[in-house]
Amino acid sequence: MAVPKRKTSRSNTRHRRANWKATPVTLTTCPQCKAPMQPHIACPSCGSYNGRQYGVAERTEHQG
Amino acid sequence: MPTPTKGPRLGGGPAHERLILANLVTSLFEHDSITTTESKAKRLRPLAERLITFAKRGDLHARRRVMTVVRDKGVVHRLFVEVAPDMAERQGGYTRITKIGARKGDNAPMAVIELVREPVAKKATVKEAEGATKRAVKESKAAEAETSEAPAAEATEAAAVVELPKGAVAANEDGSAPEGYSVKGNADSGKYHVEGSQWYDQTEAEFWFASADDAKAAGFEPAGGEAKQAEGDDA
Repeated sequence: MAVPKRKTSRSNTRHRRANWKATPVTLTTCPQCKAPMQPHIACPSCGSYNGRQYGVAERTEHQG
Repeated sequence: MPTPTKGPRLGGGPAHERLILANLVTSLFEHDSITTTESKAKRLRPLAERLITFAKRGDLHARRRVMTVVRDKGVVHRLFVEVAPDMAERQGGYTRITKIGARKGDNAPMAVIELVREPVAKKATVKEAEGATKRAVKESKAAEAETSEAPAAEATEAAAVVELPKGAVAANEDGSAPEGYSVKGNADSGKYHVEGSQWYDQTEAEFWFASADDAKAAGFEPAGGEAKQAEGDDA
């Protein structure tokens, strides 16, 4: 089995990981309650989507 | 080579996948709406819609085909007797998937999949076309009235149609609202729309009412039911 010949240096590891960047989540405003929400997903604060209501979509900070 | 199934594979093997999908579709037909992961919902949709097509056919053979997937006779009965009649007017698109936020434990994107059982809503373009046809008929009638005396009675009938109901005001030439009147009345459907309600913007108003009560008094019905047209209830 092929195995690495050399230990990956801290420098190489850190150079590689420096390019792992987080991207900001796109947010829009809920037309019903004006809270921020992700597009194409039911509003997590009021549960509305496209004029319909989804109770299961509602989220609080602590509950999933 | 057979075309591979669209969408992600589920479960530990083909048999497991069949079981998962069968259980999901059984729950969907039992409860009308279920919450599951987005990928399961996407796999479930074609299966559920195919079974609804069988249910709309409604004969014994179709019922036996459905029974090979949904093992619960009670659920199959509900599908054929209660769900299928609601879908009679609908040409496909029997289910609706709405994404909801990710699940807490594993951050899996979740979705609600539900049966679309409400009556088919007419598209705005269809309404416009129907309105145009009506106008054309009226104009041709008016033209006939001018050419001969005999169809004069018909013309008066046409005039009676555009007569205003009580408490209503005709729309301005450019379709904008007359002052003090904010409730739209649709003469074609006989329904009224209060400001800010779901179909308000796309409705072409023939009549305008000062309030929902005036519209009701004139024999107009609330579009989409009483709750949707409750006045001043924007939240």
